[in-house]
Order: sequence, then structure tokens, then C-alpha cells
Amino acid sequence: MNALAVENLSHNFGTRQVLQNVSFTVAEGRMCILLGRNGAGKTTLFSLVTGLYYARTGLVRVFDMAMQANPSAALAQMGVVFQLPTLDLDLTAGENLRYHAALHGLPMELSKARSREELSRLEVLDRIDDRTRALSGGQRRRVEIARALMHRPRLLLLDEPTTGLDVPGRRALEQHVRDLCRERGIAVLWATHFLEEVAADDDVVVLDRGRVCWTGLADRIVPELGVGSVAEAFALLTGSP
Amino acid sequence: MKVDHALRALDGILRREMLRSLRQRARLFSAMVRPLVWLAIFAAGFRSVLGLSITPPYQTYVLYEVYVVPGLAAMMLLFHAMASSLAMVYDREMGSMRLLLTAPLPRWYLLAARLLASVIVGLPLVYLFLFVSRFWDVRPPILGYVAVFPALVLSGLMLGAFGLLVSSMSTQMENFAGVMNFVIFPMFFASTALYPIWRLAEAGPVLATIAAWNPFSSAVELIRFALYLRFDMVSMLVVVACLVAFFLAAVAGYDPGRGLWSRRGGEG
Repeated sequence: MNALAVENLSHNFGTRQVLQNVSFTVAEGRMCILLGRNGAGKTTLFSLVTGLYYARTGLVRVFDMAMQANPSAALAQMGVVFQLPTLDLDLTAGENLRYHAALHGLPMELSKARSREELSRLEVLDRIDDRTRALSGGQRRRVEIARALMHRPRLLLLDEPTTGLDVPGRRALEQHVRDLCRERGIAVLWATHFLEEVAADDDVVVLDRGRVCWTGLADRIVPELGVGSVAEAFALLTGSP
Repeated sequence: MKVDHALRALDGILRREMLRSLRQRARLFSAMVRPLVWLAIFAAGFRSVLGLSITPPYQTYVLYEVYVVPGLAAMMLLFHAMASSLAMVYDREMGSMRLLLTAPLPRWYLLAARLLASVIVGLPLVYLFLFVSRFWDVRPPILGYVAVFPALVLSGLMLGAFGLLVSSMSTQMENFAGVMNFVIFPMFFASTALYPIWRLAEAGPVLATIAAWNPFSSAVELIRFALYLRFDMVSMLVVVACLVAFFLAAVAGYDPGRGLWSRRGGEG
């Protein structure tokens, strides 16, 4: 079964079309990189997949549940890390996690236990009682990932999660998510414009100006396009120098 | 929607509102000082200028301070509702609104929970103000403090729903400042909060008509009557009808299919 299936999705703001017939799937337990430059439509795609915007044209299915018909059931399976930081800076890391858990209907005891477990996994347990305002960018991102995992989703969506982090911070975050994908069998959709975040056995979806222009296994992109590197392939697909 | 899930979510939203409110001490402080400044300075000045005749629910001549306290209590609710609405706009700009709206519960429920939580968090300050105003010889019957509770909740919900509607329509905080000037202040001044309707009628029939139709006046009168153990049926009906209308419009505004939000884009 696919964790996520996007079928013929289009969206426009007024007369400006931002997505055109976008279709792709994320298989269960797989890491899928959504590669696109700034303005390619990645964030709009995330807004449609998470139901923030209603998809008028096309379908979004999460584990075979249609987002449009039953958003609550689909959202219950999904953990989301948005591009903009969404932590409440006046609350502590623990309070942020418990607020999210309450929105997902977790009982308080379970919520307390899980918040420790997830923060510990992402190596930020020592900051549980600190207000998130006092945390560094990398720590905040990790708290956000821990939060997205509180309700044990089977699909994790991350919209440019490494933006604003330094190189070691980016690598560490990426490694955490890859471990999660492998150990818990969580399907991951990771949107980025950093080519170095693509690994050979990742599934890749290249999005350019609102259209999907390539999908497949990452290590197929170079031979298939007959170029020398992933960077060249990306440049060729998106028409950028 | 499962009941236990819904209740836990409401509990979570309420806790968050309380924690945030307690940690924003400056806002809390100014929310308390604002009506006291009105009572101590504005009302004292007006006392000599403004003679009041016997107006229901009062059975004798009353001092201006006595008249103005229910209006100031309603003003606290209005400002609290607007602060809460501004927080919604801020949450949306900053992204944390997404977290609420991607919770696996119906959107109308999430908005209603947020509205209710905001009103509950705002009420203790209003009560504090009502008790402090006893030092200015504003002493309604003790039972009035009980009777006023449902009036404060209903008025708070109605004004909160109005704020929610405003927040659903304004996509940027700059617009919101305009809303404060063009909606909030006229709403407050063209009402029965500061002057009885017959006083406004002396100034001009148009102003009196506006005040009579202003839903904020209904909130003020509902609170005023309840505080003196009287029930103002018409005001209650107006407040309830406005609550329903504002809330439905706000839910439509936040609807991912119909709302302005998804059509404009811009915030991602």
C-alpha cells in the first residue's frame, strides 16, 4: 500500500497556477525526496496534502484514505514538520509536545511518557523544561520532529526542515530522520532544494514550476538522463544553470 | 469525532491559552489597568458633566461610575477578544496556526474550542475588575456576581466569534491595526457602554440608532441587567444570534475550500 498517493493535483491562487497535474506516490516505509527550487510549489503541495488548502482538482490519499473525504482519519496518520517554525515560543519543549498530543487525543500520562521518549531519541531531552525561545535553530527543529512523532504517525512530511541550519546540523537532522524511517518503517516525504540531501536509494520526485518532471530511484537519475552528476541532472530538468 | 478525543483536545487548547496568558505578564497587567484608568480618571471627570436619570435596571439615580462599570467589563471582553484574534493572525503568520488546523478533528470544533478557551482565560480578570470597582462604591448585589457569569460568557463568546471572523478575513497584521481603528473603537464608543441611549439621542438620532443596533450595546446591557439581577431578553437574543452568525461566518472564512485563505496563498 502507498503511504501517500497524489493524483492529478492542480492548484491556483487567482489566475496564477502553482501546481499542474501533480502525481506521485510515497511507498510505505520509504524515504522520498521532493526536490525543487524555491517557488517550485513544494509548500503549496504540502498545504494541499495536509488539508490546509482544499484540493479542488485531483486527489490526495493517505494509506488509501481520501484527504478530501475524510481529513481527520488521514491527518491522524500523518506527522508534519512545516517549513516555518511552528513552536510556541512562550511554552517549554515539553508543553509544546503535550499540546500537540492533546490535539491528537492522547491521554496525559501517555503524552508525558512519549514526550520524554521522543525528545530523548532526538537528543534534546535535557531541554524539556526550557522555553523553546531559548533553544537554538537546530534544537527547535528536533523538538518539532519529536512533536510530529508524538501520535506515532506512519507518514512523516517535512517541508525544507534543514533551512537555516549549519552543515553539521543539517547532516545530523537528516540522519535522525533516516534512522526513523529505517527503524520504525515510517514513510517520509522530505522536501528540499539541497541536492546533497539525496541518498542513492531514496525515491526522488523533481518538481519544477508546479509540474513533476522526473520520478524514480535516485541512483537512476544520472544514467537515465545521461549526465555526469545529480546536480547536472537537476539543472537539466529545471532548466537552471 | 470521538468524545474523549474532543475533550482532550479542548483541555490541551485551554491549557495552552492559560500558559500563554500567564506568561505574557505585560499584557495581563495592561488588561487590568485599562478599565481602572477609565474608572478612576474618565469616570471621575464625567461624573460632574453627565447627570444620569433613572434608567433600567437601576431603580434610583446612580453615579456615573456605577453606570459605566458594566460597560467597562464589556470593554475588557472586547479588548480580550481582539487580543485573542490578533494572536490568531500572529499564529497564522508565524505558522503555529497550521498545527491547530492539521489536528485530526473537524475545523469548526477546533475553532470553537479555541474560542471557548480564550473566553475562559479572560473571565478571571473581568471578575477581578468588578470586585476592585467596589472601592469606587460600585456595589451591585452579591448574587449579581453569580448572575452576571452567563452574561459574561455569552458576551465574551459573541465578541470572540467576531474577533475570529475578523482574523479569518485579515491576512496581515497591518490590516489588523486598521480593524482596531475602524471597527473596535467605533463599536465601543457608539454603544451604551459609556452613555445611556437617551443621552446619545440628545446628541443625534443617528448615533442613537447606531448604538441601538450595535451588538456591543446588547452585550453591555445583558451584563448590566444581569449584574443587578434582571434579565434582558432582547439583549440576550441579539447576543446569541450574533454569536451564531459571527461563528458560522468565521468557520466559513477558515474553511480550506471556501475561505479567503486558500485562494490568496502567500503564507505558503
